[in-house]
Amino acid sequence: MNALLEVDRVSKSFGGVAANREISLSVPAGAVHGLIGPNGSGKTTLFNSIVGHHPLDAGSVAFDGTRIERMTVPRIARLGLLRTFQQTRVYGAMSCVENMQVSAPHRTAHGGVLLRRVPAAVTERAEGLLEFVGLAALRHHRAGSLSFGQQKLLEFAMALMFRPKMLLLDEPTAGINPTLINGMIDRLVRANAELGVTLLVIEHNMRVVMNLATHIYCLAHGRLLAAGTPEEVRNDPRVVEAYLGGE
Amino acid sequence: MQLLLDGLLVGAIFALAAYGMALVWGVMNIINVAQGELVILGGFLTWWLTTLGIHPLFGIPLAGAVLFAFGWLLYRTVVHRLVDRDLFVSLLATFGLSILLQQLMNQVFGADIRNANAGLGSTYLLGDGVVLANIKLVAFAVALAAAAGLLLVLRRSRAGRAIRATSQNARAARLMGVRTDRVYALAFALNAAVCGIAGALVAMVWVVHPFIGITYTVRSFVIVVVAGLGNIAPVVISGAALGDAENITGFLLGAEFQTAFVFLLLVVILLLRSYLLSRRRQVLR
Amino acid sequence: MSTSANAARQEAPRGGPLSGAGPRRLGLAVLAAAAVAAPFVAPGLQSQMAVLWVMVVLALTWDVVGGQMGYNSFGNIVFFGAGMYASAVVQRALSLNAQETTTAGAGGAEALLAPIQYLGGLGLGLACAALVAVLVALPLGASILRLRGHYFAICTLGLGVAAGEIASAWDWLGAGSGLVTPLFPEALGNRNRFFCFYFLALAGACFAVLKLLYRRRFGLLINAIRDDEDKAEAMGLPTIRAKVVAWSVAAFFLALAGGAYGNFIGFIDPLDIAFSGATFGVWMILMAIMGGRGTLWGPILGAMVFHVTQELFWTFLLGWHRVAMGLLIVVIVTFLPDGILGWVRERRGGAALAEGRRA
Ligand SMILES: Nc1ncnc2c1ncn2[C@@H]1O[C@H](COP(=O)(O)OP(=O)(O)O)[C@@H](O)[C@H]1O
Ligand SMILES: [Mg+2]
Repeated sequence: MNALLEVDRVSKSFGGVAANREISLSVPAGAVHGLIGPNGSGKTTLFNSIVGHHPLDAGSVAFDGTRIERMTVPRIARLGLLRTFQQTRVYGAMSCVENMQVSAPHRTAHGGVLLRRVPAAVTERAEGLLEFVGLAALRHHRAGSLSFGQQKLLEFAMALMFRPKMLLLDEPTAGINPTLINGMIDRLVRANAELGVTLLVIEHNMRVVMNLATHIYCLAHGRLLAAGTPEEVRNDPRVVEAYLGGE
Repeated sequence: MQLLLDGLLVGAIFALAAYGMALVWGVMNIINVAQGELVILGGFLTWWLTTLGIHPLFGIPLAGAVLFAFGWLLYRTVVHRLVDRDLFVSLLATFGLSILLQQLMNQVFGADIRNANAGLGSTYLLGDGVVLANIKLVAFAVALAAAAGLLLVLRRSRAGRAIRATSQNARAARLMGVRTDRVYALAFALNAAVCGIAGALVAMVWVVHPFIGITYTVRSFVIVVVAGLGNIAPVVISGAALGDAENITGFLLGAEFQTAFVFLLLVVILLLRSYLLSRRRQVLR
Repeated sequence: MSTSANAARQEAPRGGPLSGAGPRRLGLAVLAAAAVAAPFVAPGLQSQMAVLWVMVVLALTWDVVGGQMGYNSFGNIVFFGAGMYASAVVQRALSLNAQETTTAGAGGAEALLAPIQYLGGLGLGLACAALVAVLVALPLGASILRLRGHYFAICTLGLGVAAGEIASAWDWLGAGSGLVTPLFPEALGNRNRFFCFYFLALAGACFAVLKLLYRRRFGLLINAIRDDEDKAEAMGLPTIRAKVVAWSVAAFFLALAGGAYGNFIGFIDPLDIAFSGATFGVWMILMAIMGGRGTLWGPILGAMVFHVTQELFWTFLLGWHRVAMGLLIVVIVTFLPDGILGWVRERRGGAALAEGRRA
């Protein structure tokens, strides 16, 4: 077991729509892998399948050596596997700092921990991470009042706050001001290099994913169409066709 | 046998109110907590007819018609403000409506237990082993006919098609020129009408009282939760099952626990469904 | 708003209507002093004040689950009634016992208890009430707090009514005719004043505990659940635990209120006093909404405004006052769902809102 995340022939359909068909992939610890595919090809569904959002029709998922395909969302999250949402989700009526504080891990928690104060160290880390994603100035604003791009950044910071082993990011650059995209890529790379978080990134923008990932999977119509290094995937005629045909 | 048959017949009345609730829930995404009070109001109207010396069977069309108008009025004054609102607002507002109605009925009709005796006699079956009040048979038939009538309206008429289109996708229906506001009003009025009919039957078969409306609300909810929002057959079957289950517990534990049973059944069914869903990684929401 | 930036960063307490630490503390002290002095100033209103403080406890505890956590419970009255019955049962058992040992053959359950016996019984009864409520709340919460939305709301509604029906059918609890609580001993002075201070103290304790809890991890967690529970689950937060704690805290204070309320009234009716879903059960929700859900001061403000309104209705409308209450619910909920504080905040504008939460 040297892969951190091992997805084995996972299938999931909604009514008649086969959103995932026998998809297998594996992400080793410390890596940054990319997941691409036209709209509706089943990328988000695959994330949902992995993190326990719905029951699988078939297949298995292992994380860090543990089989997780029957576990529920919170249990999987507590193993250190988090995801962000394509349509951002933050705690809208709470301030950014509070969003961060509440996301601190409580893996050791007993009931009593709920009744403790938020430790100063946690608040410090929260502020540090907000600084890291460039939201320090907005830290006391309501999360719900941030722009879509800012919410994406906040969501990313909240996930890091948890110190996850692995992060599944659903289109982290979508909706972000184009001039800030490079900054976002840079942060992803640093999160991986400095914090040691393994990443699997859904990305629509080919240029971004080519620069970011060392290995890329391409989905189309719910199937795994191609997999390999950015070079291989970019030059794969099926991928080119899927993208040209799909859009 | 007696219990089962009685339960079955009474269950059809529950099913009628439940079908109305499902209609409003499905179309407007509102759970009408005042459902039971609409039923009781229909019952009181029927009882009131008998005090004028009119046969209670005439209460069925009267309750239906009056409640239809009343439902429309309620929609125009209160309920239309609840569509597309926070679920909490609609629940609490209809709960407030339920208290308002029960207190109004208490003031107008008094807090006595009322019954509208139709005087139809009884039928003896199985060599007198089973006594069947004829009015229960009538009630059963009327309840099924009313439910079927409602179904027909929904399936066949233009208004019914508009209702169904709205329940599937209100925004799309609006784009296609459906006046959703009128559709909602109609759905709520139809619901009130079937509640009124159910209430007329309740008054004849059983009794009405200003403060027992909530039991009909909960029965409707239980039936809808078990049977789903879609078809009518499961609604009728669950209604009958509920009627039977109630009668049997009433018989086993004593009638004073019968109401408690309805409410505990609600809790148990919800928890059971939630447990079954959680094994499928889902939440009852 | 310019409290030390450092303190603001350490923890961001939820803003009340009063801002700034100094004036706020002063205001609180004045309020507390007024509340303590009031029964002496207007002895005729003592029983009204007692009810007011009960209402404050009801509204505050409802708001833990309903406001701060966003779970719309219609059944919190269960714990009020359960506490009332638990306390009464314990007190009655003790008072029978006491009569046998001390005043042999002094006739019936109605006999007077010595103050010390009465207080001992009340204390033990209340302790049992709180214990029972929490012991019921833990497993109950762990199961029904897994429901969401409509299902949770209706389930709690059913629970509240079921409790009332059971109590009114169960002979051991006096069935429909209820229970009589031990007579209040003359030696302890005015009963209304006694309970007025008890409920005031309880409301104060409830307020203080909630204020503390809301600033802790717990407060953040239940707010996160309110804002987006699916997100909270996806982030691995201990949502179930937080929900059960919130529900149990509410149950604890409700039982302490209910246990004493039975003694204050002198007897327990299963449907009209203990599990009175159509009055206290829904009023607690209404009060929290009126003042402003999800704030600490909102429910208190709401309880005061509501209680006064209620009394005016009672005075001027007599038999129709309950009709008017129903109407009031509908009107408040449809037109003022964010309550007085919510309305004030909206007036002050969005920027001030962010600011208000900080200071
Ligand atoms: N909860 C759902 N119910 C029904 N269909 C769904 C659901 N989620 C996704 N789908 C369908 O599955 C397909 C894949 O969707 P998705 O995974 O969101 O694609 P992507 O993220 O690659 O754009 C789409 O056809 C979508 O309509
Ligand atoms: Mg997607």
